[in-house]
Amino acid sequence: MLKDTLTELLYVFCGIIAFYSVYVTLKDKSHPSRVPTALFWGILGVIFSFSRIGMLWGNKNIKIDDTVVGYLIVLLAVLSALKLVKYNKFNESSKEFKAEMANKIGNKIFIPALALAIIAFIVAQYWTKQLGSLVALGIAALVALIMAMIITKGSTKEVAEDSRRLLELVGPVSMLPQILAALGSVFTAAGVGTVIADGIKGFVPQGNILVGVIAYCVGMALFTMIMGNAFAAFAVITAGIGVPFVIAQGANPVIASMLGLTAGYCGTLMTPMAANFNIVPTAILEIKDKKYGVIKYQVPVAITMLIIHIILMYVWAF
Amino acid sequence: MVKLIGILIIIIGFILKLDTIAVVVFAGIITGLVAGMSFNEIMKTLGSAFVTNRYMSIFIITLPVIGLLERYGLRERAAYLISKIKSATIGRLTSLYLIIRTLSAMFGLRIGGHVQFIRPLILPMAQGAGESRYGEMQDKDKETIKGLAGAVENYGNFFGQNFFVASGGVLLVVGVMKELGYKIEAIDAAKAALPIALIIMVVGTLQFLYYDKKFDMKYSSKMRIKNDITKNV
Repeated sequence: MLKDTLTELLYVFCGIIAFYSVYVTLKDKSHPSRVPTALFWGILGVIFSFSRIGMLWGNKNIKIDDTVVGYLIVLLAVLSALKLVKYNKFNESSKEFKAEMANKIGNKIFIPALALAIIAFIVAQYWTKQLGSLVALGIAALVALIMAMIITKGSTKEVAEDSRRLLELVGPVSMLPQILAALGSVFTAAGVGTVIADGIKGFVPQGNILVGVIAYCVGMALFTMIMGNAFAAFAVITAGIGVPFVIAQGANPVIASMLGLTAGYCGTLMTPMAANFNIVPTAILEIKDKKYGVIKYQVPVAITMLIIHIILMYVWAF
Repeated sequence: MVKLIGILIIIIGFILKLDTIAVVVFAGIITGLVAGMSFNEIMKTLGSAFVTNRYMSIFIITLPVIGLLERYGLRERAAYLISKIKSATIGRLTSLYLIIRTLSAMFGLRIGGHVQFIRPLILPMAQGAGESRYGEMQDKDKETIKGLAGAVENYGNFFGQNFFVASGGVLLVVGVMKELGYKIEAIDAAKAALPIALIIMVVGTLQFLYYDKKFDMKYSSKMRIKNDITKNV
């Protein structure tokens, strides 16, 4: 119960950062796309903070209806499609100020950065059951923030401004992983996976072990690229290809299935559909190429790993 | 077959570089309609999945502390520290992180993350190493450093995690195989993940050291001048 309440509280905080963006955007008379931008962050904030607000005090029934959330998402998509979500100027510190402060504060600046990682890890390690890893990250973020404010002597106003700056820099992409997960559940509801598995079955000849292994590994990678998620691909492709074409021919089921899953991860490295691994980081790291900025470096490694998977499965599982 | 129209829409959308979010939502709606779902049903499915997957955006909660630390020179300090270590290179740093990241994933330790580790620590260190070795680098190469820093996190995380018995991947394999009629022990599935975890550390390291070589050759003139200056001093 505590876990659910605290997790929901985290989402409320995420929403508050979005609301602060709304507030600053509306106040900014020179903003190039004032109302639509405010609307975007406002809707996102509402979904984050209020969609399950009743969970805060354990009442599941006080919530925004999922159908309404669906329509709100369509509205967000329209705002994003029309390129109406923009940012104007941020109150950022100058290069000189940063250099001067780096010198003055010294290595103490790393304490909060390390605390964020270490506390999140420790809390998640020891209280996963009671709190879950999300709450662990939330607690770590809070403690690290307090430490950072003490060490830098920064003001709450600066904290608010910096939070909104980073959120707006990431922009609409911040909601992409959730949108893709939602797409995945529509695909599942519509039965897309079985259609694909049946399609591949038609191409693969029976009775050749190497062809079966290649079909399973490449099938996992390809279907993962489409779904953006190896877990979603695994059940479909293992049932459709892995069992009839690899395991039924005498492969060790443990080795074949585990290698099948990680062959799917090779696909994850190559697809923009895996937004939380490949797209959101381009925003977090401020890479100019928002779609393939990380993927293009992962592709050679992914293909190498995929070939290794095929060889390993062929040699080790039989 | 007609159900695959959603996938077609996404591929076309990506090729034409249309707005990703709009393309994905559109593909979802069309797929649902083709499969005979009502519009409200589709909206309900979309909305419900979006709400339950809010956890994917939880990185927002760490933005306040990271933003504040960057305002007060976190990156500049990291770059300064690394510049004092003469043997640090972009490739060696990322390779070291790859090994730490893979090993910690193998033992179920949640050390890592683009937000927690890469942006505040690893990237500024790699950038610092680049600057101190090559001086001011071209924009193109700076983007490469960022891309590699983003990739290293994924390599270690993906291929290391399944060696941990209680990881999501192991549980999935056990669960799915049980459904398909094969009884598998979680510990055996985890063991089967060991070779790949070891291999990714080698393959990833090769890639990172390759970029070291490439940058060394590209900026070789600058490096020589720098060494001469140090000698004269």
